[in-house]
Amino acid sequence: MLRAVIYSERCKGCGLCIAACPKKIIAINKSEFNQMGYNPSMLTDPGKCIACGRCVIACPDTAIEIKEAGDA
Amino acid sequence: MPEKVLMKGNEVIAEAAIRAGCRHYFGYPITPQSEIANYLAWRMPAVGGVFLQAESEIAAINMVYGASGAGARVLTTSSSPGISLKQEGISYIAGAEIPAVIVNVMRCGPGLGGIMPAQSDYFQAVKGGGHGDYRNIALAPYNAQELYELTVKAFDLADKYRMTVMIMADGALGQMMETVEFRDEEKPFEADKSWATTGTGMKRKKNYITSIYIDPEELEKLNNRLQAKYRTIEENEVMYEERDCEGAEIVVCAFGLAARIVRNVMDMAAAEGIKVGLLRPVTLWPFPVKAISDIAEKTDVLLSVELNAGQMVEDVRLAVNGRKPVHFYGRTGGILPTQNEILEEIKRILGRGNK
Amino acid sequence: MMPVMQSPRSLEKPTMHYCPGCSHGIAHRVVAEVIDELGLEGNTIGVSSVGCSYNNYLYFTFDMQQAAHGRAPAVATGIKRVHPERTVFTYQGDGDLAAIGTAEIIHAAARGEKITTIFINNTTYGMTSGQMAPTTLAGQVTTTSPAGRNTSTQGYPIRMSEVLAQLEGAVFIERVSMHDVNHIIQAKRAIKKAFRVQMAGLGFSMVEVLSTCPTNWGLTPIKAVGWLEKNMMEYYKLGNLKGKDLEV
Ligand SMILES: Cc1ncc(C[n+]2csc(CCOP(=O)(O)OP(=O)(O)O)c2C)c(N)n1
Ligand code: SF4
Ligand code: SF4
Ligand code: SF4
Repeated sequence: MLRAVIYSERCKGCGLCIAACPKKIIAINKSEFNQMGYNPSMLTDPGKCIACGRCVIACPDTAIEIKEAGDA
Repeated sequence: MPEKVLMKGNEVIAEAAIRAGCRHYFGYPITPQSEIANYLAWRMPAVGGVFLQAESEIAAINMVYGASGAGARVLTTSSSPGISLKQEGISYIAGAEIPAVIVNVMRCGPGLGGIMPAQSDYFQAVKGGGHGDYRNIALAPYNAQELYELTVKAFDLADKYRMTVMIMADGALGQMMETVEFRDEEKPFEADKSWATTGTGMKRKKNYITSIYIDPEELEKLNNRLQAKYRTIEENEVMYEERDCEGAEIVVCAFGLAARIVRNVMDMAAAEGIKVGLLRPVTLWPFPVKAISDIAEKTDVLLSVELNAGQMVEDVRLAVNGRKPVHFYGRTGGILPTQNEILEEIKRILGRGNK
Repeated sequence: MMPVMQSPRSLEKPTMHYCPGCSHGIAHRVVAEVIDELGLEGNTIGVSSVGCSYNNYLYFTFDMQQAAHGRAPAVATGIKRVHPERTVFTYQGDGDLAAIGTAEIIHAAARGEKITTIFINNTTYGMTSGQMAPTTLAGQVTTTSPAGRNTSTQGYPIRMSEVLAQLEGAVFIERVSMHDVNHIIQAKRAIKKAFRVQMAGLGFSMVEVLSTCPTNWGLTPIKAVGWLEKNMMEYYKLGNLKGKDLEV
């Protein structure tokens, strides 16, 4: 199944993907910091992802890809 | 067969550039160099080249940057106020280590000044002009033949060292009609331009041309590389003409148009029994330091004659390093010193009272 | 299996230095996607300017030159005249293009220079800490208009797309925005067309991209896109200003 995969090491936690997601399944992961010092975003309910790619388009840092689930 | 033709100095520069394989010209009109652009406006298209009249000297020098970075032999020409505008671009070209030939048909300043010939951009050319630690190779032709030879050479030097080469002519030289003998064919220095931005064609890694180094270590490395290159040039590329300096009572240093006047003064002086030598720098940078230093050992006094308020004389003094007196004579405002004026000055310095 | 939506080939892998949520990142990706889709990676020579994107030659995989502040259109002209068969574009901010480089952009457009300009309008000088730009809106607070841009002493914002659209040599001019997904999709379409116009040798093309500078606006990325939509889009109307009907 295709779905969004967030590469948290590339993420700057800007939240633009959150605003872009029609399924409201992206959130900032407050409990994690990446190497750059940002709280990255994460999928709260990957099963609900419809692979629409809107988060990919909104992301300024190419931190999201749409891939076959399990590929990540 | 080499071809002898009678031509205006400015047109000689233009024709020499074509013969040196330059096919891109970017410039903005200004007196007294406009004949260069006027000539290339028809000559460039005739040889399949590009002539582009830019919106300003700033744009022109940045077009030069782009074209040179893309691998072309490229020329821009201007006169003093326009050369001032080009200084930002020249500094960027130095930082990016790409070749460019820049002709300055000098007029007098400061400001808009006047359109009469001058040599008052010496400092600007040899001491930097723009910001940062960089040099231009500065060539000072003094007749039509040299306008040709040095223009051709300028392209080779620029390619060889990946830097700016300035031709320091002046309004009189640019307007003068003289014969010049062109070779049938030039053999341009074949530079490796694998650094140029030509499009990768997916066949190599990307190239980029830049002059920005945010990391101080990297920037110092660039500066060290530039300085090492400048030392090599000082070793290998100095050009000058020495005439009758052996046993001369006084040696005059002069370049370009000033040297032409001094040549006549030498004959006048000889007729009065005064032996005058001439040291004519052809490269203003690298400056003929050693030649002048050697002369300082053999002659009692030196005189720098310039069409300015005293610029090259500072470098002559550095070369002489206090061993002998170094005098200066010059006129400004576009006024040429007369042969008599210079002869009188020589006699005054030598204590040969007259009249 | 290969991902079905991934970072474009023409964009280098390492992360870019832009602030979180800055539109520069999106604009870079979109330009790279267009270059990939048009098969231009090996054929393109880009020109970086002076501003936050000063070093974006590091971010693209094709050849690039870094130009002095405002001079990118002149540098691009030099490149294009040497390699007319290559695709040449400039990437410039609003300080770069609309202040110090006004002469260069106007004349490149007037000459019909066959280059493409990506013009990032974020109403401020991002790199030098948020000073007033020629594009700063009336009343907008910046570090050099702390009381808000006063039009009686600081003049009015310039609509560069409208200015350039007057010129015969400019054949394709469109203003787009990066503030949400639908607009980014629209922006990509315009950028692709601008490059196609160049490939067809028709003349100068430019896409003005309304962009955010969350850092200097003092807003979160989400609030910044809202501010753009509410304030910038009113003064800078989106849409095509020239070349809408060109078939390329
Ligand atoms: C000749 C010159 N003047 C000033 C500067 C300083 N400077 C660097 S970036 C910049 C403004 C850039 O603003 P903009 O083009 O809007 O790009 P942004 O940073 O917003 O992306 C200025 C004035 C410079 N580098 N060179
Ligand atoms: S692909 Fe669509 S549904 Fe899935 S996370 Fe991204 S925006 Fe949400
Ligand atoms: S848009 Fe990209 S950088 Fe911003 S929070 Fe989402 S994944 Fe992270
Ligand atoms: S300062 Fe503004 S324009 Fe520059 S990277 Fe940050 S957000 Fe982007």
